[in-house]
Amino acid sequence: MAILLDAQTPVIVQGITGREGAFHAQQMLLMGTRLVGGVSPGKGGATHLDVPVFDTVAAAVRDTGATASGIFVPAPFAADAIMEAAAAGITLIACISEGIPIQDMIRVKAFLRDHPQTRLIGANCPGLLTPGQAKIGIIPQRFSSPGQVGIVSRSGTLTYETMAALTAAGMGQSTIVGIGGDPVLGLSFSDVIALFEQDQETTHLVVIGEIGGSDEERAAELLGRGSRLHTVAFISGRTAPEGKRMGHAGAIVSGNRGTAKSKEEAFKAAGVAVAETTADIVDLLRAAPGNLQSVDRAGATARRAEG
Amino acid sequence: MKLLEYQAKEVLASLGIPIPPGRVARTPDEAAAACGELGPVAVKAQVPVGGRGKAGGIKLARTPDEARSAAEQIIGMDIKGFRVPLVYCEGALDIASEVYLGFTVDRDARANILMLSARGGMDIEQVAEESPEAIARLYPDPWRGPLDFELTQLVFEAGLGRHARALVPLIKRLYRAIPEHDALTAEINPLVVTGDGAIVAGDAKLETDENASYRQTALEERYGGVLEGDPYEVEAKKRGLTYVSLDGEVGIIGNGAGLCMGTLDMVQRAGGHAANFCDIGGGARAEVVENALTVILMNPRVRGILINVFGGITRGDEVARGLVQARDNLRMTLPLVVRLSGTNEEEGRAILKDNGIEPGASGWEAAQKIVELTR
Repeated sequence: MAILLDAQTPVIVQGITGREGAFHAQQMLLMGTRLVGGVSPGKGGATHLDVPVFDTVAAAVRDTGATASGIFVPAPFAADAIMEAAAAGITLIACISEGIPIQDMIRVKAFLRDHPQTRLIGANCPGLLTPGQAKIGIIPQRFSSPGQVGIVSRSGTLTYETMAALTAAGMGQSTIVGIGGDPVLGLSFSDVIALFEQDQETTHLVVIGEIGGSDEERAAELLGRGSRLHTVAFISGRTAPEGKRMGHAGAIVSGNRGTAKSKEEAFKAAGVAVAETTADIVDLLRAAPGNLQSVDRAGATARRAEG
Repeated sequence: MKLLEYQAKEVLASLGIPIPPGRVARTPDEAAAACGELGPVAVKAQVPVGGRGKAGGIKLARTPDEARSAAEQIIGMDIKGFRVPLVYCEGALDIASEVYLGFTVDRDARANILMLSARGGMDIEQVAEESPEAIARLYPDPWRGPLDFELTQLVFEAGLGRHARALVPLIKRLYRAIPEHDALTAEINPLVVTGDGAIVAGDAKLETDENASYRQTALEERYGGVLEGDPYEVEAKKRGLTYVSLDGEVGIIGNGAGLCMGTLDMVQRAGGHAANFCDIGGGARAEVVENALTVILMNPRVRGILINVFGGITRGDEVARGLVQARDNLRMTLPLVVRLSGTNEEEGRAILKDNGIEPGASGWEAAQKIVELTR
């Protein structure tokens, strides 16, 4: 049954009256997400997309009982928005905003230590989606279908592409989590993998990493210690030259650290299948034990829901 | 933004950290004048990469004539792809011992780490590998910064207790680069203890966060234009595009950083090399595509272009129409292969085909096609 988010989760959107926030809140509603309100300081009392708007997250939580929030505010205000949500008791935050100063995120991480019940996804991420149930963020639901493959990824479009390929191959997904492309993030690969490990309906896992940092290596270590999930890993950026920032702030090879090679080798050493291209992911999943092909092809429901 | 040595030292000096006397010289005559004023100097190339000493970018000069000829050799030379725009002439130091001091973002810990070591003057990554115990480390609380006793512990742990009185306030001043300048990395290596017991920054590295440039305008305004940088990257930045210069022959456009990197990897696997890539982000509207194509085509090494777009919210037919329009507006004649997937991919591919653009069924097939066409 999915991790982190389902059809019952009451969700708010911070920045709901902004262009991005409004557009994606509507997409979230179309998919069936239980959107219970929005936050936009100074616009409290208004109604937007048929849900009430509040001045503060605390007020929204008080009136709606929201437990999850998607953040779509501009980068200079995003760190504060995350802390506001955590302080108001929100337990799942997906911060979509891109370009947050790294020192702001370091302070946010320290702040969140006093709110251990809060899980942060991102920032600079596409959010998360549980097919057929709900999403927070910008993942296009029309490529998803319910099933038993978990996806966790540092990239946006590569994730969509992988989802679409899995759906086309009749392999549904349990939950798709985009953890983001920044150097200082909320949940790590390992955090999300541990959640999938607990979810009995997730039997297979796709990990989409990229160069930079060593979160992938740590995830490989975790999987290597024993896992019931049949996992396929893919790393982008194997041809990236050292020292160049490859589009994502966090995608940079420093010296011999953070290379695609080191990450691929770590996964291989942990007994995880490594895909050379995204197209190989489907083949490797098909080859894995667990008979994924029998999964019911239910993508049509999600597609219809979007209209 | 990576600051040059003299810029980093100016910032350190503004934080109250002692630096040796030095002068920036843009011409050999200015270098000669600096030596006349300061006495014997080190004439140092100003480039944002390490290893300039080995590359011949640092020369000692005892007289103004020597400084002039050193500057003549160094200014304009190429060090790891950077043309040296100017030199920094710095007075010689009476070195008793060398210390390492720096901070950086520890991505795994999601925190800043302060590092201090009595083994200064060496590559710190090498020290970390060979004798990790020689580096004392501290993760300061990012809200209140390091406390005096924490720094005192750090100094003693590094075996530098005899300098605690000078080092504790100095480290505190260096740390101020984080709240005041959004610094991500600062390194003073070596931090020199002179014969008379003074502590001076012998070299300096400083990198600030470009995400914070909206609130850090001072350094950007002051130092932004000194380095020439890659002309295409400069142009792309002006146009608000995410662009990376590489050194192959295939231009690449994609939406999303991960997809772009994945595309580079496939081109290389197919036997080609990327000349550059441009990430046009989620939307992929016609004017953005045109903008991206314009920048990609500025590089004369580009012999063909591969576009890899996944239509999520944006529909594939819209993307295809935008591509055709952009190509026609730019009167582009180089080979173009487009891999379009996602929403309305069939309609999109049909539009491309009708307009003479080669669609690739998969990323891998598209990569093979463009490599063949640019061979």
